[in-house]
Amino acid sequence: MSLTQTELPQSRAMARQFRRRFERAAQIVWTRRLLVFGGLMIWELWARTSANSELIAPPSAIVRALFSDILSDSAIRGAIALTLFEVVCAYALAVVVGLAMGLAIGSTNLSRRSLFPIILLLYAIPQVILLPLFTLGFGIGPAAKIAFGFSHGVFPVLVNVVAGMRNVNPVFLKAARSMGARRSDIIRDVTFPHMVESFFTGLRLAMTMTLLGVILAELYVSTAGVGYFTKLFAETFDPAPLFALIGTLAIMAIGLNELVRTIERRFTRWKN
Amino acid sequence: MKATSSLPARAIQLGFLASLMAAWFIIGRTGAISPLFVPPMEAVWRAFIGLVQTNLFWSAVGTTLMTISRAYGIAIVTGILIGYVVTRSRFLTQVLEPIVSGLFAIPITLFFPLFILLFGIGPASKVAYGAAYGFFPIALNTIVGLAGVNSHYLNAARSIGLSSFGTFRHVLFPAAFPVILTGLRIGFFICFASVLAGETISSVSGVGRNIALAAELMEPARMYAWIVVVIATALVLNTLVSMIENRMRGH
Repeated sequence: MSLTQTELPQSRAMARQFRRRFERAAQIVWTRRLLVFGGLMIWELWARTSANSELIAPPSAIVRALFSDILSDSAIRGAIALTLFEVVCAYALAVVVGLAMGLAIGSTNLSRRSLFPIILLLYAIPQVILLPLFTLGFGIGPAAKIAFGFSHGVFPVLVNVVAGMRNVNPVFLKAARSMGARRSDIIRDVTFPHMVESFFTGLRLAMTMTLLGVILAELYVSTAGVGYFTKLFAETFDPAPLFALIGTLAIMAIGLNELVRTIERRFTRWKN
Repeated sequence: MKATSSLPARAIQLGFLASLMAAWFIIGRTGAISPLFVPPMEAVWRAFIGLVQTNLFWSAVGTTLMTISRAYGIAIVTGILIGYVVTRSRFLTQVLEPIVSGLFAIPITLFFPLFILLFGIGPASKVAYGAAYGFFPIALNTIVGLAGVNSHYLNAARSIGLSSFGTFRHVLFPAAFPVILTGLRIGFFICFASVLAGETISSVSGVGRNIALAAELMEPARMYAWIVVVIATALVLNTLVSMIENRMRGH
């Protein structure tokens, strides 16, 4: 009896605090939604009344174009699917190669000190200037786009793997070694769990960069794929399908980013 | 600790560079890889010397540098301004910060055809494209930096009667500066790369256009000469920016 009496006011205060916090969070979310909605309304009104209709389409027309021009056209659907395929291939290659090279370079002090600065120098070069070289070497098909996406994605993975391996406490490595762990055991049970955070930072960045690389290559080689259609719509002053196509790809990009984030949350859950 | 192992490390770096050069030289001599793809070193050197003597080279470099500085200037001003406005209240920060970072998740490159459509094929579209790319890291870092300033400082500034500009100039900006500086550095390199990207993909002038043009005209030596120029510029800028950054952080 005495227990409930002392607990009651406290729990009531907690409930009040909780409600206040919840109300504030709801306020924030609803203000944000209202702002986004208001922005869309202004865009709609502006596009319908005073904007140049050859360049700007209202959101309602974009949504209509998404169903009537983009999703119903099998050629455009194919182009979008091809882009997705290129991104997935380039990303998988970037992660595997970046991880393997990062583990190799980060495994000894000497290799890290000698090779890591070279990697960082290469990372600082704006790779887009090599884009014409990629199309010379790989042609204008998917291979060039995959290779270009890969070359953008591999560096963030590599750099973050090496940086993450540096964060492993050397005492743990010494302890594992003194207990007779093999090299592969050390990598799996000591190095990997400690570099996982840095590794996933690299994975997230690599997804952004791979997308950038593939899209740049798509836009550069505008004789096929998504690049061709964006150019077509832009040159025929048909903004509604152009916005719809760009929007579809943007949603795809956000979805891929979220996928990486979800995987990251699963793997770093043990930390907290 | 660093000095003991830096000698072998340097040796390996030099060896790597030397073997790369040797490989390029041998490929050029034997023609193991088509000279269309990897032209011989001497040809690239000759193309470089020829290029530097033309007016076209300097006007292209001038166009690109002008485009980058305009884009970066716009990105700095709008990024810091938006960052400042957004952090005027905690509520506003919590409402708007996710919108800004959410927009940053969308690859701006997708909208590149739109930039061409709106601003034409000249440098203006690259300025807008570079500024859009540079804006986000600067704005986001300004938001994080300004929102993280200790409120005691602000109370102190208010209690001695500083104006809002005085508070920004003497309290907010210096306190948030290290975080903003990171945004400025990232913003610069993104700006630099995206202006070159815009010029390569669709343009009539500038360095990026000349690289693409040399590729289209099947003049690999000239293309390599341009690439070497950009790589050298990027490396010099990288060193310069980290020097400036170290000096600014140093005091």
